[in-house]
Amino acid sequence: MKSLERALRQIRGEGRKALVPYFMAGVTPNWRDYVHAAIQGGADAVEIGLPFSDPLMDGVVIQEAGLRALNAGTTLASVCAELQQESFSVPLVAMTYYNLFHYDGLERAAGRLQQAGITGAIVPDLTLEESTHWRAVCASSDVATIFMVAPSTTSDRFVQLAAATEGFCYAAARMAVTGRAAGAGDAQRVVDSVREVSDVPTYVGIGITQPEQARESSAFSDGVIVGSALVARVLAGDSPVEIEGLIATFRDAIDG
Amino acid sequence: MHMQQPDESGRFGDFGGRFVPEALMPACLELEAAFKEAWSDPAFVGEFRHVLAEFGGRPTPITHLSRLSDKLGVRIFAKREDLAHTGSHKINNVVGQTLLTKRMGKTRVIAETGAGQHGVATATAAARLGLGCTVYMGELDTQRQELNMFRMELLGARVVPVTSGSRTLKDAVNEAMREWVTCVEDTHYCLGSVMGPHPFPWMVREFQSIIGQEAREQMLSRGEGVPDMVVACVGGGSNAAGIFAGFANTTSRLIGAEAAGGAAVANGSPGVLHGMKSMLIQSEFGQIEEAHSISAGLDYPGIGPEHAHLAATGRAEYVPVSDDEVIPALQLMSELEGIIPALESAHAVAWIIREAGRAIPSGSSVLLNLSGRGDKDVAQVREMLKGQQ
Repeated sequence: MKSLERALRQIRGEGRKALVPYFMAGVTPNWRDYVHAAIQGGADAVEIGLPFSDPLMDGVVIQEAGLRALNAGTTLASVCAELQQESFSVPLVAMTYYNLFHYDGLERAAGRLQQAGITGAIVPDLTLEESTHWRAVCASSDVATIFMVAPSTTSDRFVQLAAATEGFCYAAARMAVTGRAAGAGDAQRVVDSVREVSDVPTYVGIGITQPEQARESSAFSDGVIVGSALVARVLAGDSPVEIEGLIATFRDAIDG
Repeated sequence: MHMQQPDESGRFGDFGGRFVPEALMPACLELEAAFKEAWSDPAFVGEFRHVLAEFGGRPTPITHLSRLSDKLGVRIFAKREDLAHTGSHKINNVVGQTLLTKRMGKTRVIAETGAGQHGVATATAAARLGLGCTVYMGELDTQRQELNMFRMELLGARVVPVTSGSRTLKDAVNEAMREWVTCVEDTHYCLGSVMGPHPFPWMVREFQSIIGQEAREQMLSRGEGVPDMVVACVGGGSNAAGIFAGFANTTSRLIGAEAAGGAAVANGSPGVLHGMKSMLIQSEFGQIEEAHSISAGLDYPGIGPEHAHLAATGRAEYVPVSDDEVIPALQLMSELEGIIPALESAHAVAWIIREAGRAIPSGSSVLLNLSGRGDKDVAQVREMLKGQQ
């Protein structure tokens, strides 16, 4: 079992619901300060967005953040080099699109992530069927491959995806790209479908914009992922201290 | 060698496959099964051919371009997809996909469009079958092709300008795919070219292969035999795939003319975009570059995966044609043959003009796929010619 899943299972074992915020790497020069602030505010793991020119699974907020990061010269290599200079007290997970790894070369990309202290990768356009090579490369590293499941996922695919995912299973609450709609949607049915076939930690994302929604969704899952709602605040100019405060309100809501 | 069936994972050699969010995977699998079943059902194939004959204007003729031939010293024949309903080959694919949409019990289609030809064709086929239709079009293209936007609206479609990224075809595909995630239950994504996740590249080629089948019979029945060369323009590559399909197992050389500013084979490298692995124009860090072409329909930094495979095996050759060559080719074709080609198709014409007596030996027979008519481009061409004066 990779270190990410051990850590996340331990969190569940302690009776704690996980809070996983998302930040876009390179969106501002001080982007790593937001990661530290999120951890101060109560994050259990942090998703680091690696910007891609054609983010198929992202709505306008994360598209805009990605564009800013790209215009600032952010690359897979630059993000990994920056992260390597620091240490973080919670697991970091990359979220990006497959072409960045494919272009870099899978072995080299996995090596970069590992050296940067990133212990998992969410690659929404890498289907289970196409993931064989990537997973084989990661088998010799500590980088976990995290799969998403969605309301449209069929029962046979729930079995396959829940068995393949490492670290946690990302349950998309609704049929939408990031940041487009709010609310729990079909999250409970999706989480239950994973739980029927696996005991892997299962986190709800896509559409969690308010602390109250985070509380509701964490009640029937192992944790929640908050992305666009935070990134929108970063784009609007909120400081790391303000973001820490916002994360703390999510933390309080989840811990109830 | 025939155009081949993709393997189980949707690959042509190294290229193709399926790279989509999990939310769309069930729809891709459903579509693959539905297409396989329909395409082996004589009733469906019969209806497809019937609609293309009764509504689409097929078969389209082959015209001997005698004055251009005399001028260039080669024998040029044009497959007249410009005479198909809505003015281009795009009607073939959308008739197939909208019939399939009905068969799958879906009530609505969405589509991306560059020059507007695929959007107009989709809106047309949707109107005929009573399907709802929304078309995503890059904002830059809505300005370049304002009349096509209005045509779609006349046909009852909703046109959504896409303001992200380069505001052209690449971004229209991104937005259509994002939208498809939200409505996949009742909506089919009517993709316009031989690209995207499996089964689209294969399915669209199959629907377009009617061009090549007709052309081969027509060349044989007029006593010309198989042409020495088959030339077509390539953005994603649907018209080229359609005509190549009729000649892949012959001795004809197959030539795809790409816009120089989007020449994915000449200037690209393998990558993953829009659900497929193919040849793509990328930055040194794996970001997809923006294409630049005077023709909105070729303004695409990639190419369909089967073309990437045909290039890798050497069965087809892909050649860049620059913007500067295209307008004179369009003018020459208009003046000598009485046919105003679409800017896209004019890339293929321009290559023939450039290479006659060089890469095309004198006296060769050349089959040109005249994929669309130039009416949509007349205003743009006028502006460009004004600028040259």
